[in-house]
Amino acid sequence: MLEEIRNNKGMQLVLGLIFGIIFGFLLQKGGVSNYDIILGQLRLQDFTVLKIMLSAVIVTMIGISILRPTGLVKLHVKEGSLKNSILGGLLFGVGFGTLGYCPGTIAAAVGSGNLDGLIGGMIGIIIGTGIFASMYSKMREKKLVTEDRFSKVSLFDKVEGNSLKLTVPIAVVIFLFMVILEIAGF
Amino acid sequence: MNVFRLEMWSPYVVGILIGLLNIVTLIISDKLLGASTSFARTSGMVRKLFNREKVEKNEYYLKVAPVIDWGWMLVVGIIIGAFISAKLSGAFEVIVIPNMWQTEISSSFFIRFIIAMFGGITLGIGARWAGGCTSGHGISGTAQLSILSWVAAVCFFIGGIASALLIYGI
Repeated sequence: MLEEIRNNKGMQLVLGLIFGIIFGFLLQKGGVSNYDIILGQLRLQDFTVLKIMLSAVIVTMIGISILRPTGLVKLHVKEGSLKNSILGGLLFGVGFGTLGYCPGTIAAAVGSGNLDGLIGGMIGIIIGTGIFASMYSKMREKKLVTEDRFSKVSLFDKVEGNSLKLTVPIAVVIFLFMVILEIAGF
Repeated sequence: MNVFRLEMWSPYVVGILIGLLNIVTLIISDKLLGASTSFARTSGMVRKLFNREKVEKNEYYLKVAPVIDWGWMLVVGIIIGAFISAKLSGAFEVIVIPNMWQTEISSSFFIRFIIAMFGGITLGIGARWAGGCTSGHGISGTAQLSILSWVAAVCFFIGGIASALLIYGI
């Protein structure tokens, strides 16, 4: 039954749209479709972005921990290397601070009426990903894009037995970090 | 008071609901939330209009095909969902220049447009280099306890904080 739904391409396009509508609704309600709130985070004045991300991480992580042994969910860990993550990540960050949106929140920003996101940002991201596609073969040759021993590696596969003994402590640490943020007045 | 008409929800409530959504998409679609791949697919679609052969031979587009898929529809959905949310609360407003930028940097749309486009290009290259964005690595990847995603997410914020402080001052 579940396999049939997952393999039905037409239905998956409709589901993608529905999940996107819910995601966009939540991003807008969370305020992260707003440039000022994202920049507030990057200027360390407002921690809305981190609060949303970390709460989502806790729920997703614990959910995977509980459901994975039942076979209902599978991991989809990305390939890559520390080099890709660090160099690409820092470059992404510079763009993130300059544009003031990221690929998901920019779509939400456009939906709530931000023209700078639509005309400057979205077109810029499409151009940027296009430039990367053109450079990809060369970057692989020059070993700027690589795969290392961390590629597709998840700590979920490193724990023996029930993964909750790893994920619950991580969730507690993240939770305590958010409590400290609240106490500190953010 | 209808909750859907509220202008903002608690970030914790929003985060928990995004987490639950992520679990639902994993179960029903065998996929996690992420957005940047769809921009790469779009770039291929646009370039195909001008030079079909070059795109068809490109090593990257062989991996990330320029087609409409689940993730592409997800991004279309985000635009619609945010529009519905903003309309319901009355927050929808056509904004040409963000408020913070206008009061602290410049009220010229041209300057904001150029900077936004520069930021977008940089972000686009970085996202595909790192292999994901704030949602793909930052939420979905970290939640799967991927070491590369944790490193990428930290780097997103290091770069983001540095450039924001450079632009606005400390």
